Formats: sequence, C-alpha cells, structure tokens
Amino acid sequence: MTTSNVSATVSSARRPGASLGEVPLPVPAWSRVTRRIFGHRGLAIGLIVVGLAVLIAIFAPLLAPHDPYHQDIANRMVPPVWHDKGSWVHVLGTDKLGRDTLSRLLFGTRISLTIGLVVALISGIIGTTLGVLAGYFGGRVDAVISYIITTRLAMPVVLVALALASLTGGSLITVILLLGLLLWDRFAVVSRSVTQQMRDAEYVYAARTLGCSLPYILLREVLPNIAGSLIVVMTLEMAHAILLEATLSFLGMGVQPPLPSWGLMVAEGKAYMFFQPWVIAIPGIALFLLVLAINLLGDGLRDLNAPGGRN
Amino acid sequence: MKAQSTAEMVGSRPSSRISNASSTPETSQSPNPALELCGLSKSFTLGGGLFKRGRTLGAVNDVSLRIPRGQVMGLVGESGCGKSTLAKMLLGLTSPTEGDVLVDGEPLRGADQKALARHIQPIFQDPYSSLNPRKRIAQIVGLPLRVHGIGTAREQATRVAETLDVVGLPRRAAEQFPGQLSGGQRQRVAIARALIMRPDIVICDEPTSALDVSVQAQILNLLLDLKTEFGLTYLFISHDLAVVEHLVDRVAVMYLGRIVEEGSREQIFSAPRHPYTQALLDSALTPEPGLGVPDIGLGDAMPDPSNPPSGCAFHPRCPKAQAICQQTRPRLEEFRGGNARVACHLA
Repeated sequence: MTTSNVSATVSSARRPGASLGEVPLPVPAWSRVTRRIFGHRGLAIGLIVVGLAVLIAIFAPLLAPHDPYHQDIANRMVPPVWHDKGSWVHVLGTDKLGRDTLSRLLFGTRISLTIGLVVALISGIIGTTLGVLAGYFGGRVDAVISYIITTRLAMPVVLVALALASLTGGSLITVILLLGLLLWDRFAVVSRSVTQQMRDAEYVYAARTLGCSLPYILLREVLPNIAGSLIVVMTLEMAHAILLEATLSFLGMGVQPPLPSWGLMVAEGKAYMFFQPWVIAIPGIALFLLVLAINLLGDGLRDLNAPGGRN
Repeated sequence: MKAQSTAEMVGSRPSSRISNASSTPETSQSPNPALELCGLSKSFTLGGGLFKRGRTLGAVNDVSLRIPRGQVMGLVGESGCGKSTLAKMLLGLTSPTEGDVLVDGEPLRGADQKALARHIQPIFQDPYSSLNPRKRIAQIVGLPLRVHGIGTAREQATRVAETLDVVGLPRRAAEQFPGQLSGGQRQRVAIARALIMRPDIVICDEPTSALDVSVQAQILNLLLDLKTEFGLTYLFISHDLAVVEHLVDRVAVMYLGRIVEEGSREQIFSAPRHPYTQALLDSALTPEPGLGVPDIGLGDAMPDPSNPPSGCAFHPRCPKAQAICQQTRPRLEEFRGGNARVACHLA
C-alpha cells in the first residue's frame, strides 16, 4: 500500500487541469461533487464507514449500553449473542474483568480516531513544512532536509517508538506525540517532489515578479496545488497511526489500561485466544474495518484528485 | 474601437490611486532608453553538492543592449542559448553575476522587486503553466493590484473588468478557472495580468510558441494593438523568425549566451552579416508545399555551454570558419554608423 500509492499520488498531482476550452455544464457545484463521490464505489464505502466511525465516536456515551469501565466479576467472559451461551444483555460479550465488549469497542473508536487525526495533523505540519521548503529552495536547503528525511527513513518506526515509549512511559499523549514526530516522512517526500515541479511553474515566477512575499507564494500559490496529494497522504498516515497505536498498546508501551484502546483489548484477550477467540477477534475486526475504510477513502480521493477528475 | 475607449477611461482618473501608480506621460518623455543592459552576465554552478564544487556554466555572457522607448526588440536564438535566463534577470527573478540592467536609467541591482514590477511585467511562454489552476481569472488578473495595495476591493474589481475588456475577454471569464479557457484565452489572461499595473516594459518570453497557429496571429495582433495603445516597450523573445519579422523594430541574435548580431529588422532580414543569422533565416520554413524541411548546413547540435568551443563559439558549425575563428573570439563591432553590430571575423 505504501510506495505505489505515494508515487501514483505524485504523478497525478503534477498536471493542472488539462482539459481544453470545454464549456462547463451549468450543474450546481455540490451536486457535481456528490455525483462524483458516489460514482466511485470504494470512495463511497470508505466515506460511509469512516463517517459512521466518527458518529460513533461522538455519540459513544449515548450508544453504549454499559459503562465501558464497569467491572462485573460475576459476568466474566460472557460469549457474544450468537453463541449458545450468549445473551442480549452483553451483545458482544464481556472480557476477563466482566466489562462489556460492545461499550468498550464504541468508546475505543474515540481513541483510534483521535490518534489518527492528531498524529496526521502533527506529522502533516512537520512533513509539509520540510518538504515544501526543500522542494522550493532546492540546493543546500534541499540537501540538508533530504538528509534529515533519509535519516528518518532509516529508523524502524516501531522499534524507535517502543524504545522511546519505554523511556517516557506509555500514555495517550506520549503515543500521539511519538507517532506525530515519527510519521512525517511521507508528507515530506510527497510535498518535496510536488513542490519541485511547481517551483518552476510560470505562475510562481509571475508571483515572484510581482514582488509577492515568500509566505504568500508558498501558502497561496504552492500549497493549494499540493493540497490534493497531501490529503491522500493524510488518510494513509491516519490508518498507519491507528495501526501503530494498536501495535504499541498490544506490546504494552502505548495507551495504558483501563482505557478502551482496541490494541489493548486484543492484548488483554490474547491468553484466551484458543478457547474464546471472539475476545480478540472482535476488536481485531473493528481495527481492520476502520483501517480498510480509511485506505479506501484515501484511494478514492486520489482518483478524484487525478487530472481528469477536476475541471 | 472599444478597447481604445476603455483604456482612456482607465488612464484618465486623476483621483484614484491607481492612475498615480501607473506611468504618467511625463516619464515617457525621459531621454533614457526604456531598458539598457550593460555587460550582463550570468553563470551557474553545475553538479556541486553540499561540500563539493561544481563546474561553471556561463548562460549569458557580457550582453549589452539598448531598447529605446516604444520599440520592440526581438531576441532570437536556439533553445538553450540563454534567452530565458536573460529574461529572468530582467524580471529580477535571478540576479546577474556581472553587469547591470538600467530600467529607465535606474539600476536594477538592489532595486525593490515591487518597484520593479511597476515598470516591467512578463508574459510567459506556456499559458497552461502561467496561470495558477486553483484560482479564478479575476483573482489572477487582480493579484498585482492586491499585492501592491492599489485601490479598494471595488476599484480593483472594476479595474479587472476593464482590463479583461482591453484584452478581448468576455466579462464572465472573470469567474472561471483557467482550466475552463482555451490556450488563446489563457494567454489573454496572462496579458491582462501583465498590463493591469500599466508597466512601461513587457518581456514576452515566446508568448505564442505554445499556441495554435490560428491563435498566434490573434495574440500577436493584440500585442501590437496594446503597444500603440499604452505606449509599451517590448522585449520579444522567440525562436520563430516569422513571428519576429511581423512584430519587431530591431533584432538581436543570440548564440551560446552572447549577442552575435544586432540590427534593425530590415538589416537583419535582408542583409544578415553573421553566418549564424544567415543560417537561422535559411532554416525558416516556407509555406510553399513540397519543399520539405530546409537543409541549413549547421550540422551538429549546439555545443555544450558548460564547455564552449575556443575562439568564436560558432566556429564548429560555421560553414565559412577559418583558422582565426578557432583562436580568437570576435568582438561585437559596430557598423552602419553604430546602427548595427556584428561579432564575426569574416563579416
């Protein structure tokens, strides 16, 4: 999913609208957008699932049947409803402390989405700043920033994150900061190469001739043209961050109990894997669905951003 | 003519700050040439890394030119001869390694970019890359006014609409994106952006070479109309001699970063003295069918500018080259009483 996506993004972002003087149909902008979104099946599915996840995260307290932290020792390891011994009281069963799995799953959406969004924002700001500067100035600036990017690419993310988390101790904030400071490489690589193509675009020359300030040129002339590719990278990095958070939490270096992180739920259930497989299967499936949906969304946005897709 | 009347309307508004910013008739009486290039050179360093030095490439070498006010100077040469680098220096996009440019008698070196922008504006080659695809035409054409803080938002909108009229674009184009316009229309937008500040000098860097032949003529005629209307001075860069012949007063021929011949249009087109100019003229395609592509006898491609030939840079391709051409570089000598210059031992 990684390299091929990025390179496709780069090549698709370089051609500003190639259509010749075709007369635009007088269709309202909004309906044109919706038609394009729902004409792309993957994008529609991704959008719906991610939208649902966002709604669940916002309304988790209203949707959850139980308190996700409430322990009920009398009802430990209750199987889900489709199982012989299941009941409608705990639709997805309970864990080893008798906490309701469905409620924990719903509240876990908050953690995953928060991590995904905030990490993508932090790393997006760091990576885009570095990439745009390297791409625009070239020369020594580019050499130095490329060196930093290469250094970062040489680090195995999981190992570095584990090492640092073991030094600082795991918590939600630590995980967000760690991942945000580690996952900017793809933003930097993509924005650098797209900006390099834009640096010699004649509209950038035109703005420079007019005496536009450097921030104006970078923010108003360059950034809107690379935003499409950056949004695609952002979705990919969100999925990446969510998976990494689950990994770290599974290894005990991420979000700490009793927070209902999906990775933590898998970790807590791994002892029961062979006889009560649903304990790890349910949070695993949730993780899989969310990451898949975000990737579908990213791929769809990339297709939408491709040359033919915009007028 | 409609464009004429709007132009007068734009120019004769004493109260608005816009007209103060544009050139007034008094300044155009000044005795200085509009643009004067004095020994302009630009060299680049190639292949250098973070810690190592690269080779030097002289893109433009010791170019001196005077462009009198209200005239059109054509600059011709093959691609890679330094025409575009020269244009970038005139626009303040790169600073010259040596020499300077005098804009209306004022040196460009150290000048404020915004002040320069009021005198010199560019029209670029590729109308597909010169307009930001994410901005509406009104934003693109109005950008110079916003950057320079000229007029209120309403005045700016009026000025944009007037300028679109002047270049022959429909007013509804203002709300469109560049992707919705044709190549010719886009080039009109680029012209409008260049003219909205009322510059004295416009640097046209191959403004028609990316356009269809049928549209080229329209754009050239528009440029000629605008020149007489606003009293503009053009530096017209092109590799197409047919286009140059149609438009210019004087021609300078460039080869490997140097001017090899300069003279009036008549002199260059009827009696070229430099063998390179002669070859360029021979290379122009004729509309006559069946003649095929002319054989110009230039042989190889242009030599590597980072490793130029000794003596006259043209000697490896010159059909008349002699021993002296390999040893000493010819100076650019004046003839016809200083009205024309040529750099050739044999001319």
